[in-house]
Amino acid sequence: MDTSFAYILHLADNALILGQRLSEWCGHGPILEQDMAMTNISLDLVGQSRSLFQLAGELEGKGRSEDDLAFMRVEIDYKNCLLAEQPNGDFAKTILRQFFYDAFSFHNYTALLQSSNEQVRAIAEKSLKEVTYHLKWSSEWVIRLVDGTEESLLRMKTALLELWTFTGELYTPVDYEIKAAESGLGVDFDKIKTLWLEEVNKVFDMAGIKVPVGGWMQKGGKKGIHTEHLGFLLADMQYLQRTYPGQKW
Amino acid sequence: MEKNLEEIFQSRIDREEKIEPKDWMPDDYRKTLIRQISQHAHSEIVGMLPEGNWITRAPTLKRKVGLMAKVQDEAGHGLYLYSAAETLGVDRDTLFEQLHSGKAKYSSIFNYPTVTWADIGAIGWLVDGAAIMNQVPLCRCSYGPYARAMVRVCKEESFHQRQGFEILLSLSQGSEEQKRMLQSAVDRWWWPSVMMFGPSDDDSPNSAKSMKWKIKRFSNDDLRQKFVDVCYEQAKVLNVTLPDPDIKWNEERGHYDFGLIDWEEFWQVIKGNGPCNKERLAARNKAWDEGAWVREAAMAHAAKRKERSNKKKVA
Amino acid sequence: MENNWPLWEIFIRSKNGLSHKHVGSLHASDEEMAMQNARDVYTRRSEGVSIWLVESKHITASNPDNGDSMFDPANDKVYRHPTFYDLPEELKHI
Repeated sequence: MDTSFAYILHLADNALILGQRLSEWCGHGPILEQDMAMTNISLDLVGQSRSLFQLAGELEGKGRSEDDLAFMRVEIDYKNCLLAEQPNGDFAKTILRQFFYDAFSFHNYTALLQSSNEQVRAIAEKSLKEVTYHLKWSSEWVIRLVDGTEESLLRMKTALLELWTFTGELYTPVDYEIKAAESGLGVDFDKIKTLWLEEVNKVFDMAGIKVPVGGWMQKGGKKGIHTEHLGFLLADMQYLQRTYPGQKW
Repeated sequence: MEKNLEEIFQSRIDREEKIEPKDWMPDDYRKTLIRQISQHAHSEIVGMLPEGNWITRAPTLKRKVGLMAKVQDEAGHGLYLYSAAETLGVDRDTLFEQLHSGKAKYSSIFNYPTVTWADIGAIGWLVDGAAIMNQVPLCRCSYGPYARAMVRVCKEESFHQRQGFEILLSLSQGSEEQKRMLQSAVDRWWWPSVMMFGPSDDDSPNSAKSMKWKIKRFSNDDLRQKFVDVCYEQAKVLNVTLPDPDIKWNEERGHYDFGLIDWEEFWQVIKGNGPCNKERLAARNKAWDEGAWVREAAMAHAAKRKERSNKKKVA
Repeated sequence: MENNWPLWEIFIRSKNGLSHKHVGSLHASDEEMAMQNARDVYTRRSEGVSIWLVESKHITASNPDNGDSMFDPANDKVYRHPTFYDLPEELKHI
């Protein structure tokens, strides 16, 4: 598989799978205003994935559309980080997952403004405006929930225990990312790691909570080795395309 | 004195003057409005559930974002309407309690299930179509905040119906399976949509009063007739049959005649015996109850922050 | 513990050159959140370039019962309006 295709597909999958997860909240949020906020973020993410899938399809050159790529692959072909596919859990877990991802995505898109590929630069520029807002939203919620009540703090600590192990993968490059960095298409992961940790520490400091030290980091998603959750997510998402293949909707 | 105020109030209404929140108004006018606006808001919020069902399963990314934006709009509409109700002196959490306890009503159409993807299209075409017919006149309602909220709602709503129709149009041009899905959805949503205009005016106790106060501008039956006339023509474009053997053009009236409505079903669904009443209410309660700690934490944080900044000012 | 989030009034400038206009209200626990909610609720279709918000309880409103004494006295001050002054037709640029 062409490495630039794999790299863009990975970025697209991240956005799609997290957007899909977040959309599960629509109609079930803790208060109307936040229901709308989460749907906005989900809409941005699915929108980003569409631009990226279209670009990936072009790079691949086999005439696959955004929907072919989004719906017609099997589990082991999805390249999203494990973090993105983790279930919503309670609002604390959703917020923390979003914050970890936003902090990565913000610095990733910032770095992609310098990509050698013009279309990637254009997508990064548009997405960065959206992600800047997402990061502000999720950062403020992290602070609110950590600082809020005993219960909200406990829930945040629980979420941290569950999710921390999936964060290492965000800034640990796999082969196609290393190649993309070398060719100028992608980003320098040493820098992203530093920036991500700074961002997380900054917000955790403001909130009054510590980043866990050490701990085993899961990985595999970027190479198609997923948690059990992804299969169910895909079964749901792909249902119509699989049941009625080749139709127009 | 009271009578005099009522006369002045009615003459303002008759002159098409808008009533604003702090103006004097008869108690009954206030109560009627609170009931109607909050029912309307509840309907938007509960309406998110049957459609939200299909967000994760939407067949393409384009359909996914379209549907998500639509369901989000419903949240927005609920929010605008609750805000309008709040200007009458009732707070939103109280209205939520009425919804959650089952005391308040909402449009009974949302107690029907969305069985297939085509249902999403049918809701857009028929349910939103009926809603728009009901809602456009409300933009001229005598109560200012309600009228203004409705202007916003109607502006946003117009894309919903078009989106729904487009979904159905794609199905109508698709495979046999898709056409079957389409006809099944129309069969199931037609009658409940016709019922959305409410009971016949003779059986609708509040109608006359609401007309006098210009909360309501057209009779239920007139709007229903308009709906049937419009849909019959649109159904031809989709190549579907409306599940009513009695629909036929009446030259004399200049309208389509249609069959008898099963009002027994209507009242049963309102009473709580629709296929999804319990689920809908349970889903709203669950979201609200599970959000309690979030709302509490946000308030606690706001209070702590205020305290900290006050301390800073003193120091 | 009071868990009801306070109500905020939202004003939006639709484009530069126009004043902010009241568009509605919403609930939020603090200012930052109110600002973000206002953006998410009231500018989803590019309706604005600037947002003002204020907690509803801080608004002072005139009392409509005093409407007669507040606003009627201005009705007969026609001399405040340019059309009150008769000038010859041929006069330009005034």
